[in-house]
Amino acid sequence: MNYSAYTIKELKTSLKKKHFSSENVVRDCIQEIEDSKHLNAFITVCKDEAIENAKKADKKIKDGIDQPLLGIPISIKDIYLTRGIRTTAASKVLDNYIPQYSATVVEKLEEAGAIIIGKTNCDAWAHGSSGENSDYGPTENDYLEGYVPGGSSSGSAVSVSADMAFVSMGTDTGGSIRLPASFCNVVGLKPTYGRVSRYGIIAMASSLDSIGHFTRYVDESALVLSITAGHDPKDATTPKKNVDDYESYLKKDIKGIKIGLPKEFFSNGLDTKIKEKIEKEVNSLESRGAKVEIISLPNTEYAIACYYIIQPAEVSSNLARYDGIRYANDRTHFTDEAKRRIMLGTYVLSSGYYDAYYKKAMQVRTLIKNDFDEAFKKVDVIITPVSPAMPWKIGEKVNDPLAMYLSDIYTVTANLAGIPGLSVPIGLIDGLPVGMQILGPHFSEGRLFQIGQAVEDSGL
Amino acid sequence: MKPVIGLEVHVELKTKSKMFCGCSADYFGQKPNTHTCPVCLGLPGALPVPNKTAVEWCVMLGMALNCNIPLFSKFDRKNYFYPDLPKGYQISQYDEPFCLKGNIKLDSGKTIGITRVHMEEDTGKLIHEAVDGQEVTLIDFNRSGVPLVEIVTEPDFDNAKDVKEYLQKLQQIVRDLNISNADMEKGNMRLEPNISLRDKQQEINKKLPDYKVEVKNINSFRFAEKAIDYEIKRQSEILQKKETPVQETRGWDETKQKTVTQRIKEEASDYRYFPEPDIPPIRWYESKLNEIKSQIPELPDEKSNRFKKLYSLSNDDIKILIKDKDITNFFEEAVKIGKKHNLTPKQIANHIINKKINPSDLLPIKLIEKIISSSLYEDVNLDEIKKIVKEIIKSNPSSLEDYKNGKTQVMDYLIGQVLKKIKKKIDINTIKNILKNELQ
Repeated sequence: MNYSAYTIKELKTSLKKKHFSSENVVRDCIQEIEDSKHLNAFITVCKDEAIENAKKADKKIKDGIDQPLLGIPISIKDIYLTRGIRTTAASKVLDNYIPQYSATVVEKLEEAGAIIIGKTNCDAWAHGSSGENSDYGPTENDYLEGYVPGGSSSGSAVSVSADMAFVSMGTDTGGSIRLPASFCNVVGLKPTYGRVSRYGIIAMASSLDSIGHFTRYVDESALVLSITAGHDPKDATTPKKNVDDYESYLKKDIKGIKIGLPKEFFSNGLDTKIKEKIEKEVNSLESRGAKVEIISLPNTEYAIACYYIIQPAEVSSNLARYDGIRYANDRTHFTDEAKRRIMLGTYVLSSGYYDAYYKKAMQVRTLIKNDFDEAFKKVDVIITPVSPAMPWKIGEKVNDPLAMYLSDIYTVTANLAGIPGLSVPIGLIDGLPVGMQILGPHFSEGRLFQIGQAVEDSGL
Repeated sequence: MKPVIGLEVHVELKTKSKMFCGCSADYFGQKPNTHTCPVCLGLPGALPVPNKTAVEWCVMLGMALNCNIPLFSKFDRKNYFYPDLPKGYQISQYDEPFCLKGNIKLDSGKTIGITRVHMEEDTGKLIHEAVDGQEVTLIDFNRSGVPLVEIVTEPDFDNAKDVKEYLQKLQQIVRDLNISNADMEKGNMRLEPNISLRDKQQEINKKLPDYKVEVKNINSFRFAEKAIDYEIKRQSEILQKKETPVQETRGWDETKQKTVTQRIKEEASDYRYFPEPDIPPIRWYESKLNEIKSQIPELPDEKSNRFKKLYSLSNDDIKILIKDKDITNFFEEAVKIGKKHNLTPKQIANHIINKKINPSDLLPIKLIEKIISSSLYEDVNLDEIKKIVKEIIKSNPSSLEDYKNGKTQVMDYLIGQVLKKIKKKIDINTIKNILKNELQ
């Protein structure tokens, strides 16, 4: 039996009614992982632990205990620390690293009853946009053989799109959730910076890292965020701000909602087929009462340059602890992309260069933030493409780092500004999926789910 | 040639927990690596959360050193590799520290400028040892992440004596604030003087010499004095030969009584400072700063002035009385009680200082009783009493006989005789004791 036709809500109802057990569902997911080994979505599959935990969940269900994700199999990007379960960041540096503690988010999900079935593949240290830069081999898109699933949270996106898990946790530093979500036909959320705790998640670029997730449906994304969001006393960058009732936004009418289309995101370089698809969706929203206007985010053109200074600077510092003295393998196990970023970052922070690069980039970052602040005075949300191009063939861009970096052109601005972004599927083009990005002001995730749900409901 | 000396002092705060995690900061003498967690071990994914008390204490110290407290401040990462630094960077403060531009006044009236006071974290400790016959380096991370305040002075010193006085004053302020034990031997307080010499022309132009020597491994104020004096002598000898001393870090070797080369700095290190992204910047409210200020107890300078005004004591006496909080409190308590018995603060101070009274040995009221009883009697030489006692016994042979036969009341008669002869007010017990001895 295959349970992929069930939504999480339906799954929970059926589990409660004992139509089948959590163990059935978990075994089914594990079977799916084994059958689709060629996709290389997982680095570690926790078969025995997952089945064990499913049995415990079944007992809880029998005892009438209700938890938001009780008995639901989820997968986790292998950059989240999981106590007792190998965590590699897809790098051979951490090939045999078994953490002594779990990330706050992992604890929250376990407390919500979720069952971790495995740790997903990704670009090593989350460095990459395609999922190819993993020391454990590339992950493949399950829509079309030989195509990339997008990265860096590649295995997470594939695990949800290929029915291996109902939810997957990822990280998004410059687009690492939204891009693979778009490439794999799933819903990907990058929350506001600081809305979800980073504690226990291997840092890529600390001021940009957002902790988000993949689901198949928008309402499931809202459900997961209501579990993961909130202040964590172990992460000083999570404010003590109340968590919204996200699910309450899902049924809200979009009449009167003001949508901005930034002209800089729809100019040269954007695949016309993607453009057309987005326009169709926007027209549909307009026909249902949304107001659409063209806006400008004038500093967008500097975003990639700015991002590729700040991000490597923080990477160079964050990777310094992997010295092989206290744990893990030594630094010779770093591969090219990590080395490239360590060198770039070290360079831009060096005395004599700091003012010209890092400081300047921080100033540009402020301008980009201001662009959004200005825009959100006029509109409620901004709609943009996620990627300028459709998924490419594995190997096509691996020798051209700059081309790879440019695939994040529409996503990095949200990380620089710290605002939330939701990638929702809008169909297929030539057999490959495409998504659309909805951006909102800080802590406006509820609003994003509202629009996302409307897009999902359009049935285009 | 005149010495130019600046000072960097590190003070470990005695907060309950470490700077960025919940581990106990009380590491001294503990079993290695028992006060550790993912944060202070630099494990993947761990994040720092600043210790509020430590930050407030740093600001409090800055206030006590007459610093400005900017309303905006932040932490920065100081990147460098060393095995005792688990994250590969130290969280410190670079261009916007908590406290700026303070000073400490020396007794001579000279003012030593304080450039900045900032907050950072301590490192782990490397232990070089032979294990199973093999030379190895072990790391103890108990000290990793213990809060550390760094106090940097301007190059305002020109002699070792002033440095010592500054250090004593700083130590006392830190102790009075009750934010550190400032124990040199336990490494709670660490000093690094920068020493160089400049000629008249440089001095007039207020220019610094183009080299400087940093001295480390100084475990006491006395060593600091000796190391500085040694450096001044060593450097002036080099300069007299028209050579320039090497820019380097030297260490004080107490057994050899000299400084020795530790590390030659060919160029300035590049720490690649940048704002710590894991900790949001700190913005102070005036009201919070006022609250911190209100918690500052009376500091040595203030106390000294008050003592001078209130008790009319000499500077030397005041210095001794305010050096230790317990003695200060004991003295002030005793003065209060003494007032009712017409004792002057000076009398009480004298008694405490001359008799080296230990406040934990007796209560202030007992001290007052002692002073009163001792002032009832005149000073008499014990030998003189003995002489008189002997004479009295000699001239009353029967009384000795009576005493030995158990007629102890003869004692009163003899005491009376002694008092008559001595013609001074003395304690009867003193005479009684001497008589008892002589009669046996």
